[in-house]
Amino acid sequence: MAQTLFEKIWNSHVADEQSGRWLLYIDRHLIHEVTSPQAFDGLRSNKRKVRRTDLTFATVDHNVPTSDRSLPIVDQTSAMQIMALERNCKEFGIQLFDIHSPNQGIVHVIGPELGITLPGTTIVCGDSHTSTHGAFGSLAFGIGTSDVEHVLATQCIWMEKPKTFEIKIEGKRRNPHAVTAKDIILSIIKQIGTGGGVGTVIEYRGDTISELSMEQRMTICNMSIEAGARAGLIAPDEKTFQYLKGRKYVPKNYDEYVEYWCENLKTDSGAKFDKSFTIQTDKIVPQVSWGTNPAMTVDVTGRVPSPEEHAKGNPDEEKAAAKALQYMELKPGISITDISIDRVFIGSCTNSRLEDLIEASKVVKGKKVSSKVRAMVVPGSQLVKKQAEELGLDKIFKDSGFEWRESGCSMCLGMNPDILASGERCASTSNRNFEGRQGFGGRTHLVSPVMAAAAAINGHFVDVQDLDLN
Amino acid sequence: MKPFGIVRSIVTPLDSVNIDTDQIVPKQFLKLIQKSGFGQYLFFDWRYEKDGKPKKDFVLNDLQYKNSKILLVRDNFGCGSSREHAVWALQDYGFQVIVSTSFADIFYSNCFKNGVLPIRVNEQTLQKLFSTKSEIEVDLERQIIWVNAITIPFDIEAHWKKVLLEGLDDIAVTLKHEDKILKYEKAQENSKFRIS
Repeated sequence: MAQTLFEKIWNSHVADEQSGRWLLYIDRHLIHEVTSPQAFDGLRSNKRKVRRTDLTFATVDHNVPTSDRSLPIVDQTSAMQIMALERNCKEFGIQLFDIHSPNQGIVHVIGPELGITLPGTTIVCGDSHTSTHGAFGSLAFGIGTSDVEHVLATQCIWMEKPKTFEIKIEGKRRNPHAVTAKDIILSIIKQIGTGGGVGTVIEYRGDTISELSMEQRMTICNMSIEAGARAGLIAPDEKTFQYLKGRKYVPKNYDEYVEYWCENLKTDSGAKFDKSFTIQTDKIVPQVSWGTNPAMTVDVTGRVPSPEEHAKGNPDEEKAAAKALQYMELKPGISITDISIDRVFIGSCTNSRLEDLIEASKVVKGKKVSSKVRAMVVPGSQLVKKQAEELGLDKIFKDSGFEWRESGCSMCLGMNPDILASGERCASTSNRNFEGRQGFGGRTHLVSPVMAAAAAINGHFVDVQDLDLN
Repeated sequence: MKPFGIVRSIVTPLDSVNIDTDQIVPKQFLKLIQKSGFGQYLFFDWRYEKDGKPKKDFVLNDLQYKNSKILLVRDNFGCGSSREHAVWALQDYGFQVIVSTSFADIFYSNCFKNGVLPIRVNEQTLQKLFSTKSEIEVDLERQIIWVNAITIPFDIEAHWKKVLLEGLDDIAVTLKHEDKILKYEKAQENSKFRIS
């Protein structure tokens, strides 16, 4: 019978089935400092070991300062959590890319970049943005700490089988430098809602997907969770195989694997999805979120909607939109390009890879950050940082007034010192504009790297379609 | 885990849609390395003023709900971050049951791992529960909610029901299937395209 890519990966990982629940074998388990300490405690108190240390990789990303790494960490609770991970990895024999490692970085940036992420694998991590790895045709999803402990102890996870959701992304973008992968995924979430993907694994398909680079595909899959989906998937192709070739942890006889993946990792023609949605990219323009969840997003050419306009007859949504407008201190009807900003954050597992930084640097080159704005670039990993510096991007950003930081999650969630002050408004390339996400009382507008860069220069949002980005 | 019994309590109505886990437990409390004591941080930014005083208009600060064990919320509760700290906080605060029209996937399974019962009901039932002032009773064994002498049945996955009722240790249960795991690993070892 014709099968979807999801079904193929799922079926090849079932170790057991018990009354409608499947025990899935996990090929790669990624660990970070925030959601793992209690899991290791659980192992210790039950005298259990890590079953597959060879499939488990750890790094520190959520908590780490992005300032000078030769200095001690000032925040004692952060330091304790980082030390706990070091201790746990040592005790249980797990490979750790620590704060001084040249491979340290956001877990969803380093997985692909080290070739830990491979097509056809199952990947879990105690972080909802694990969906990122789906860009390589791997079934990757976030789990809670109890499941982290479960995977450490058994290398497996129990799951109900998710439904399949096909999202077709079709057509030619008007200007691929101005309308980015971020704008595509925000447009999708705007239309299907933050709960639109609950209980499903999304497969992104269509001619626009084939056209996107691996880094852009990661941006799309990364935000699958913002639509509530368990995971996002893209079938691997030549771009995928080229990206991974020669990376540190890929198998030795890589070319033979590629042949095998080519044959086996795609949705059969005639396979049925439980749900389908199509978006045409020729109509998409740069997106800016105005509210407190990623579905509260409009075109940069548009205006802040009224609660009624946003809710389209749903009373719960109307109430939520009214509350969001109040929190964001925005009035319905004002133009998006009239919104002034105080801060700019270019970073996060959504948009901190080399290509994101290259595109953003084109906007800022030779220009100065607005005197009202504090702007920072936080590369996703030490490797991204190094590659960017080899291209001289650090100099471009610093010359224009950006701070150039060390790698980590940083102001995406503000667990380290990089936070918004109450009332500050930020153009951010991250994934969540929830209340207080980037700092208590902080106001987040989600945008692409080029949109964030242009906002930094102008002090307010601008439509990057009007800029020369080639 | 303690076996889950009948829960009888008034309900705490938190009338918001799409409540994300960042609101349930803000990030500054994720740096702790233990599982206990998170109740004090539950809905922290919604619950307290900047100076630490309770916000008067927030439902958890309304004394009539002080000992409530059942939380009522709108659609897509627990979306966003996978942080299990959100469930630890709800549980530690005293909530044993959460009722909504839908839950985010990761949050939903995190609940069962910590002895919290998330119940999905339809819009009409949720509305009825939001308008009730009296105590309700949740009987997991019989999959019934009692409201003002009316019974409302609810669905739950058979496995999760068993986990809660028996207070099972998930990992111990899985390790009973270790032969299957070993068999899978053996097949991988012999595979030409081994990935684990």
